[in-house]
Amino acid sequence: MFSLGLTGLLVRRNLVFVLMSLEVMLNAAGLAFVVGGSRWHQADGQVMFLFILTMAAAEVAVGLALVLRIYHRFKSLDADVLSGMRG
Amino acid sequence: MEPAFYIAGGVAVLATLLMLTRLNVVHALLYLIVSLLGVGVVFFVLGAPFAAALEAIVYAGAIMVLFLFVVMMLNIGAHAAETEKQWLTRGVWTGPGVLAGILLIEVAYLGRGSYAALGTAAIAPKEVGIALFGPYLIGVELASMLLLAGLVGAYHLGFHEAEKPEIQHDTDTHEGRADTGGDLVLAGTDRSARTP
Repeated sequence: MFSLGLTGLLVRRNLVFVLMSLEVMLNAAGLAFVVGGSRWHQADGQVMFLFILTMAAAEVAVGLALVLRIYHRFKSLDADVLSGMRG
Repeated sequence: MEPAFYIAGGVAVLATLLMLTRLNVVHALLYLIVSLLGVGVVFFVLGAPFAAALEAIVYAGAIMVLFLFVVMMLNIGAHAAETEKQWLTRGVWTGPGVLAGILLIEVAYLGRGSYAALGTAAIAPKEVGIALFGPYLIGVELASMLLLAGLVGAYHLGFHEAEKPEIQHDTDTHEGRADTGGDLVLAGTDRSARTP
């Protein structure tokens, strides 16, 4: 699933799809943590999953706000359009 | 328990693949929701019911609503109604509906029988809470600071539309201040006399 998310991140050029692929990657990392915690019967895996969840929520909020700003500025969601952006 | 794990995992991976191959954002969102729910069922099968509930509530609930909100906001325009009609008419929800139905049947089957986790015993939410507020307390504090930073950052990035009401609010308070006192010294004494 992590490789699926990474492939989506590399293939798609739409910014919303890039954010969704990031979600999938974070989800896969959380899944790995929970599987490890279940394998050794420790609660630490789920604690780490909680932290990943929190980070994903914060990241998505900021990312979607950035997407809104970019859309208002460039009227497009294509990441290649943003290559011409200079600092 | 093993077939349940493989079915849920297969549904999650299949939904993710279908999500990546969609061209429409809303269709991809539907498949992404199904994928997250599938991962939640996998958590449940693996003996992590707390993580499963959080996955369903936070990911499939809150974050997906955020995505949907932004997609709908990006689509504001004259042709929004036509595009929505175009999204809704075709049988676009049959794929996610079938996958979600598989997950629902699986959860119903798991909930009816005696629930036993795959491999080892389930980790109760109580243990997770004890571990969370015991050795991981600094992590909780850091997560709260991260959430605050995310909130402030998102507010700052989305601030540019809210400048006009702010100016109006300023003049409103100014008029109110002029209306109450008139004389600055009298207003100060009046307020200090009223508060005790």
